[in-house]
Amino acid sequence: MTDTADTSTNPVTDAVPERCPVTDLATDYDMFDPDYLRDPFSAWAELRDTCPIAHTERYGGSWLPTKYDDLQAMAKMVPVLSSKSPIVIDMPEALVDSDATGYNAAAPISADPPEQSWTRRALLPHFTPKAIGPQTEYTQRLCNDLIDGFIGDGGCDAAVDYAQQIPPRVIAHKLGVDEGMVDDFIEWVRGLLELGLQDPELRAKYRKIIRAFFAAEVADRRVNPRDDLITALCQTEVDGEFLPDEVVIGMCNLQLVAGIDTTWSSIGSALWHFAGHDDDRRRLATEPELWDTAMEEMLRFYAPVTMARNAAEDIEYGGVTFKKGDKILMNFPGANHDPDIFENAGEVVLDRQRNRHIAFGVGIHRCAGSNLARMEMEVALKAWFERIPEFTLSDPDAVTWCGGQIRGPRKLPVVFG
Amino acid sequence: MRIAIDAEKCEGHSRCYALAPDLVDVDDLGYAFVLGTGAVPDGLEDRARLIVDNCPEFAITIEED
Repeated sequence: MTDTADTSTNPVTDAVPERCPVTDLATDYDMFDPDYLRDPFSAWAELRDTCPIAHTERYGGSWLPTKYDDLQAMAKMVPVLSSKSPIVIDMPEALVDSDATGYNAAAPISADPPEQSWTRRALLPHFTPKAIGPQTEYTQRLCNDLIDGFIGDGGCDAAVDYAQQIPPRVIAHKLGVDEGMVDDFIEWVRGLLELGLQDPELRAKYRKIIRAFFAAEVADRRVNPRDDLITALCQTEVDGEFLPDEVVIGMCNLQLVAGIDTTWSSIGSALWHFAGHDDDRRRLATEPELWDTAMEEMLRFYAPVTMARNAAEDIEYGGVTFKKGDKILMNFPGANHDPDIFENAGEVVLDRQRNRHIAFGVGIHRCAGSNLARMEMEVALKAWFERIPEFTLSDPDAVTWCGGQIRGPRKLPVVFG
Repeated sequence: MRIAIDAEKCEGHSRCYALAPDLVDVDDLGYAFVLGTGAVPDGLEDRARLIVDNCPEFAITIEED
């Protein structure tokens, strides 16, 4: 690759030279505002009280629901809220590639029923709690190897050196592609989902790179089957026919794009939380029975993923009208902070017993990889806590957050001990 | 006490299976089903209430005897 995704600056906040200040969140929220990226919680709280479904004209226009019940209801408005274009900013018409849209793009996430149903059924058997067993051992080894690499240094960038390194390798391992290409995968995914959100040509470039990569992998598995997910998808039959190449390529694209940025953001956000909250860190280190509820609380509080829908027709909902084609941001992170649903919603409660958070979405598009993501997160955090129970932010001002589709720390310098 | 899982509502989040593998299992696609008749053995009543309270799809219900 000649132009590498730049990790030395904050790609989102630095990429926008001129930014009109937000004076009214209800009509002009800005999903890339640096203040919003650092603290979206106060914006959602204000909107829940004043205008629970906000609108903006920025970035092609979108709607932002903020209440749990609305997100629950809207997730089930299928297919009038269509998932064919689940990225928060649509591509300009000129850059739309008809071979890489709708269910070909990244099924089942980019599909509505009926295509969503059969592509999801093809994928789900590979991501049940029982099916991810082989990845668990692999992840444990991987996390310890990564920690070996920096534990002697007294500190590290917990986002770049740790969180970001884990999901690409786990996904590569599961797909059966070259783990030596991890740096490329990271660059591609950031180019598509992070840097590319506001740069459609960059996004198109990485979309093409990823599809070309998987086209070659799929062609190879058709003649050289192996014990990996790509082969399994190639051999999946629906109604007596093998899944077409374009669909398998899209499904592999989904694994890479949805399986990497998301989980590393969750791992990074949890490390950010525990680095900055001494009481919670020491409590988790000494009360192992808290692990399950603590991980769920991290997922609730720091839910990384906002998916999108488009209105397939004019729809009246909650006092607003979504016009046909309008983009609606499925603000699952905001729903998770709704005080009508969660007691002390604005506080991290490590032993929260009732936690119906929707970090993985809800309804037919529930994240198909949620079991894998939860496993990676727990294994990564446990391995870290076992060997580095004491750690703090070494330079809080150096921490940067990205957002839009996926919110998480992109620089997270910590010191051990 | 007896639990029931509404198969129409379950979307395979697996929270119930993680929290109460003595009460529920998941099928080959990851969707949950109750073990046996759904009758909750003595001592597992709190677990049963816990999986109700942690299902994001509101798919699990309890019938008290």
